[in-house]
This record gives sequence, structure tokens and C-alpha cells, in this order.
Amino acid sequence: MRYMEKVAIIGVGMTKYDRNSPLTFAEMVFEATSKAIEDAGISKDDVDNVVTVSSDFWDGRTISTMAVTDASNAYGRDITCVEGDGTFGALYGMMRILSGTFGITIVCAHHKGTESSMNGITNCAFDPLVERKLGLDAVSSAALQARRYMEKHGLLEEQFALVSVKNHGNAMRNPRSLLPMEITVDDVMNSRKIADPLKLLDCSPVTDGACTLVLAPERQAKKLTTTKKRVWMKGVGHCTDAFRLGDRDLADTRALKKAAKRAYDMAGIVDPREEIDFAEVYDAFSYMEPLWLEGLGICDDGKGCEYLERGWFDYGGKLPVNPSGGRLSANPVQAAGLYAMAEATLQLRGKAGKHQVRGAGTALVHGINGMCGQSHCVWILGR
Amino acid sequence: MPSWKDDVEVLVDEGKISVPYSWTVGSTLSRFYCELRDNGKIWGNRCPSCGKVFVPPKIKCIDCYEDLRDWVMLPGTGTVETYTVVRYQEPVLHPRKAPFVYGVIKLDGADTGMVHFIGGVDPEEVKVGMRVEAVIEGEREGNILDIKHFRPIK
Ligand SMILES: [Zn+2]
Repeated sequence: MRYMEKVAIIGVGMTKYDRNSPLTFAEMVFEATSKAIEDAGISKDDVDNVVTVSSDFWDGRTISTMAVTDASNAYGRDITCVEGDGTFGALYGMMRILSGTFGITIVCAHHKGTESSMNGITNCAFDPLVERKLGLDAVSSAALQARRYMEKHGLLEEQFALVSVKNHGNAMRNPRSLLPMEITVDDVMNSRKIADPLKLLDCSPVTDGACTLVLAPERQAKKLTTTKKRVWMKGVGHCTDAFRLGDRDLADTRALKKAAKRAYDMAGIVDPREEIDFAEVYDAFSYMEPLWLEGLGICDDGKGCEYLERGWFDYGGKLPVNPSGGRLSANPVQAAGLYAMAEATLQLRGKAGKHQVRGAGTALVHGINGMCGQSHCVWILGR
Repeated sequence: MPSWKDDVEVLVDEGKISVPYSWTVGSTLSRFYCELRDNGKIWGNRCPSCGKVFVPPKIKCIDCYEDLRDWVMLPGTGTVETYTVVRYQEPVLHPRKAPFVYGVIKLDGADTGMVHFIGGVDPEEVKVGMRVEAVIEGEREGNILDIKHFRPIK
């Protein structure tokens, strides 16, 4: 598939990850969006439309996009909303530009997890006529997936713990991070049991944060920015699996495999293992990182933990995964995927600071939506 | 540089949203829950195209998009495909106190898994592959909790 025009990320803005942030979510969006516009080096008047990423349930108000109209610089412009991960918001932003109808597009996402109840809200993602009454939520359903993954491939909790050790360690180099920690496998194994096989340190923390990207069509991107600044959206793919948990094999990554193939085909990637320099993969729970890496075709099914143990995904490894610290170190739900794209943009510019991946030319960013990764969005970004 | 913000006492406003809903259960799930309530039986439905049996039943096959017209009564026995022992308390969400066990149970005669409680057993004794049977509540209201839990078959 060939497109007439390409789309670039020309500006990024992030708030520092926080807990009980003294800012309202709209104030956080003001901060992230101001930074992104400044980073792009454009005027706010150059922007002609806004895609927000938010959820009415998280915000505790309906039509939540309207609550961030002023903050996202949408006043007097077109605004629309994606209720899902930020990676899907970026997809919508890119599609708006490629439609030829819109020019410079702001995509912003916010999350104040510490203002409400994570379990209560994720419980409401389940069918009220079936599973919701059982009290299921994101954590307990993830635990069902983790166990299924372990059983299918004979994996151990200690192997999942290594993901947490690696990503919290990576967070030590990221000044925005919420939970930079030098920990051991034993620390993870001895942390409080939440829902077997998941312990506290296998789970991402409830986090506040806002992130904004500025997207531009090719000709504007080239006019407004330097080569060093702009990062191209080279490929994207998304795919969704069945809603009900029992309708899926929870250890099967068929939806992700399709999403990844679409993204690779669009970006012209033949061997992701060789051509991708680093990846930000959605590690809301430790076990997800190897499971999604298998779905992404970075390793064969059931082999993610083996590659992890060999150090492939370490900061200095063959294919660093989650050099930012990942979602395990800060997870503003829905905003998290957009943060990962912003992080990847800084890496590709060579401006990631202490956690810069050397020779970062092609990045993979992955986001999920729905329980146990029902839906996936895969991005290939490059210089 | 000091800012006026440094001296502000940031307030927190405690709120809560409570909105009632009357969710229509629909013909397919209503039939499922009426059978469960009135006869204590678990029914699924089969796709005429691919033969897959869904439980809880669906209006259409998710693979073929065909109407699932054929109803099949299931024996209520099955195998634990995965499980978790929940250790945290959520008094409003959880119908029971932790620790308790959720499982995905592949019912005999069905092709999909059913998420439910596994009970009548020490949580530490639950295993993947364990054979279980449905325990039906005595007092039933026509919802998923009419199945009390699945317990190991002795
Ligand atoms: Zn079918």
C-alpha cells in the first residue's frame, strides 16, 4: 500500500507522571499541550483540529472531551474524541490528515487514575448482564490470562518477575518516571499477592498524566520543522479480538499478530527482529511484555521469556524493550500509549537523555484497549 | 523561581456518581437465565454453520455471523482452563470476600469458556485441568449468580 502523503509527529509534550497531582485533568492537558506546541515550534493558530483521548468513566463526567476543549487548544476549532488507548487516538489523528480534510492535528490524552477507583471502573467494562456481576476487573481478568499463558507454555512467575526488574530499572534513567526502582526477582516474588499469579510488583501503578502530540501532513512538516525534529509515522495496524473472555484463548495473540502484520507491511518491514531498534510494548502487567512480543513476531510463541532471560530486551540488549520504564513504572491508562509514542519520538530524535537508545532509527510502539488486550494498535515510527 | 502556586492549599472535592439503569436482557440471554432460574439448567446455543456451541449463549456466531438457532442443554460439568485466587477485597464489586477463586471453565459440550467462581475447595488446591461441576443456588433470580460456583467433581 502506498500513500500520497506521509504524516509526521512534529511536537510532543508530557507532564511528569504523578500521583494525586495537584492539577485538574484539564490543567494537565494545558501543560502537555503548551509544551507540545512549543516543542513543534509552531503557533497555536497553526493547529486546525484536535483529537482528545479520554473516558467519561475515568473523568467522572459525560462528553469528557468537552471538558478539555480550552486546554487542548480546540476552542474555535474542530474537536473529536477517541475512547481508548492513545495509540488509537494517534491513528485517528493520522487518518484525519490523510483524508485531506485536516492539516495540523493535536492528539492529546489525559488520565487521573488517582481520582477514582481503578477496579470499579474496569469492572464496568464488563457486560452488566454476565461478568460484571461476578466482580471481575482489569487485575483479576489479567491474572486469568497470566495463568493461561503460563500453563500453555510451561512458564514461571520468576520469568515474569524479570520484566518488572528490567522495566523498573530502566525507569531509573527516565526523569519523568513514577516508580524508578532497583529491585530483584525476589522482591517481585515477595511483594504482596494481588490475584495469583500476579503480585504487587507485577502490576502497573495507578498514575496521573497527560500527553500531547502534534501531527502534521508531509508538506507542512517539512516547511515547519527540521529533519532532526520530525519523526515519520511509517506504519500502523490495529485489530480486535472477541469481547467475552471465554470466547478467546487468553494466551492466543491472533489479533495482535494481524495488527503487527498490517503495520509491518505498511512500513515495508520484512524482519521486525532485525529492523526494529527498540520497542515500547504495553506492559500493564509483567507477563504482558513477553506475550505481546510473541504476538508482534519478535519471538516465536512461548519463547518471549527465554529471549528476556538472554538479555535481548535489556536496555543494552539486541532489541531494548520499554527503555522508558514502561507501563510498569507509570501507567496513566489511555494516555499511556500516547506517552509511549512521545517517548519513541524523543528517542528517534536522539533527545531521550539518559535513557537514549544508541542508533535508534526505527521504533515500534504498541497499545492495547479492552480487557486482556482485546484490541491492539501497532505503530512503526522512524526518522 | 518561586511561584504563587507554591503557597496554595489545593483542595479536594469528594464526589460520587450514582445513576440507575434498567438493562434489557434480550431474548437470547433471557432464555438462558429463565432456564437457569426455573429449571436449574445451563443451556448453550450452536452455530448452524461452524457447529461451535456458545455458553453463555449469543444471538449470532462471532466467527460466521449466523443466527444461533439451535439450543443445547449442557450437563453442567467442565474443565478448569485457567484460574486466579483473588486476594484483595472489593466489598462493593465482589459478591464474596477474598480470598476466592475465579476460573474460566470449558463446559462439556461447549466450545467457549465460562468465567465464574470456583468454590467448595481450598483455593490453594485449585488446578488447571481440574474437573468441576456447576452448583446451582436454591433461591434463584434469573442472573449469572444463580450458578453459585463450580466445584471439583469428587
Ligand atoms: Zn459459526
